[in-house]
Amino acid sequence: MNSPLLRAIGLEKRFGALVAASAITIDVRPGERVSLIGSNGAGKTTFVNMITGYLKPDAGRIELGGRDITPLSPRAITRLGVARSFQIPQLYPALTVLDNMLVATACQENRLSFWQTARRPDAVARADALLERFQLNEHRERLVAELPGGVRKLLDIAMALTGEPQLLLLDEPTSGVSAEEKFPMMEIVMTAVGAQPLTVLFVEHDMDIVERHADRVIAFYSGRIIADDTPQAALATDDVRRYVTGTLEAAAC
Amino acid sequence: MSASVSTPAPALPLRPARRAPRRLVLGGIALTAALLVAGAYMPKWLTFLITMAASHGLVSLGIVLMMRGGVVSFGQGLVFALGAYAAALAYTRLGITDALGLALLGGAVATLGVAPFAPLLSRYRGIFFAMLTLALSMVVFGVLTKTEALGGSDGFNMGRVTVFGQKLADGHVGYVLYSVTVVVAAVLALLARVYFDSTRGLLTLAVRENELRVEYLGGSVRRAMAINFVLAAFAGGTGGALVVMSLGHIDPNFSYWTTSGEFVFVAILAGWQSVLAVFIASTVLEVVRSFSSLYFPNTWQLSLGLFLLFVIRFLPRGIGSLWIGRTGSARSAEKPR
Repeated sequence: MNSPLLRAIGLEKRFGALVAASAITIDVRPGERVSLIGSNGAGKTTFVNMITGYLKPDAGRIELGGRDITPLSPRAITRLGVARSFQIPQLYPALTVLDNMLVATACQENRLSFWQTARRPDAVARADALLERFQLNEHRERLVAELPGGVRKLLDIAMALTGEPQLLLLDEPTSGVSAEEKFPMMEIVMTAVGAQPLTVLFVEHDMDIVERHADRVIAFYSGRIIADDTPQAALATDDVRRYVTGTLEAAAC
Repeated sequence: MSASVSTPAPALPLRPARRAPRRLVLGGIALTAALLVAGAYMPKWLTFLITMAASHGLVSLGIVLMMRGGVVSFGQGLVFALGAYAAALAYTRLGITDALGLALLGGAVATLGVAPFAPLLSRYRGIFFAMLTLALSMVVFGVLTKTEALGGSDGFNMGRVTVFGQKLADGHVGYVLYSVTVVVAAVLALLARVYFDSTRGLLTLAVRENELRVEYLGGSVRRAMAINFVLAAFAGGTGGALVVMSLGHIDPNFSYWTTSGEFVFVAILAGWQSVLAVFIASTVLEVVRSFSSLYFPNTWQLSLGLFLLFVIRFLPRGIGSLWIGRTGSARSAEKPR
């Protein structure tokens, strides 16, 4: 059995009286596709923010490949191979899609030259390859400010992959996208992600997407983990049906 | 994928210029040569005006460099004064008389002088950055004013510089200093353009847009800001050294807040997209200052203020947007969408 890539041990986080994380202990093994589910305010994004260093846990420890990353900054954690996308895409709206990719490439490769043009051929080739994987080529020279929401989401994820991370966290990759476009979009993401050995944690509200793309589900409620199992098993538990999917109450009616 | 979420209004594009380097260099050389030739036929007042504009423009170029990262220094008079005092002191105390050497020395001393503050300043944004830089420049102003060894509030004079070991004759000194200033400004302007178009230059634009994402991509925002601050100091210090060589006099007003304000004025007038625009804006300021001082000696700042209001109202992205915007649009039209 592989040793865990990511270990969260007894994470606690409070915002005043609100408990955002309570005794969160999770092991994620290399190559797993883990979906984090839960209603709004359940603690999913808090968990992602603690893993990526944006929030520091009040107690507990986070390990990446056996190394304690709890006190590290987001930048240091990124450089250790943890990448993330955001619920609201964090892009550079006044730059083109290609320039957004080149910023990402430059940051993660640490090749910040004073002399070389930002559009040097090898960087452009790498950016183009990723844009192609995410089917974004046609938008290459467009300003991000002109792009529709779904394309922005894809670009946000594509940028996260430029450094070839070992762990990718996707915060609600399909939020704000229409129902009929969610599935093709997630197919594009998972196909693109599948091109490199990668462990993926994704926050998702659509259970059809969860069932299709996750091989493990961790359900949150009030800052606690209420289920951690395969999608079929986790989604069938009473707690998940009651607090996450709401199907238990519907069935009772 | 087709659009499912309504398309937002387009933001003002920050497209970095992508001129071919060879074209850029050849264009720069041609413009410099044209200025050198034209200088030989200009009246002396005009060569002096352009010498001042090019020297001051270097200080404003440093501000533009920082503006591209989203911050504005209100205390760039500090590096201007450090460069000028360094050049004047090297001349009077150390006997260094070569114009190019003094210009580079001015830039180097200004860089070393402010480098220790770069890590601190890189933590601040907006008005806090502006006020901290202003505070530093005013501290230096106060120290210079009280330091009798440096002439106190009166400052001190420096003599005529040499160029490549040659003494300058009375009839040619103005033109030679004009030439030195134009060449130094052209070289630094070219380097600035290369930097703007480089990977680091692109990162600076990214910092301006979204610092959080830069950090989450593994880039260092603070390092980028600190580097820009230090590079701006070199440009400003060189500008100060060039000015003092032409004026032959230095005093603490080089570091006074109104001096810094004029550099910011030029930077706003120019916008942050074009290097050439900085020098055009600096020349405009010198022209407005000269003619307004002549015709409205007591109210020339009023003319300056009205001019700035006009520019902000009708060219909010500065003079440079007149041609950067146009080429950007032309390029967009050529690209398939």
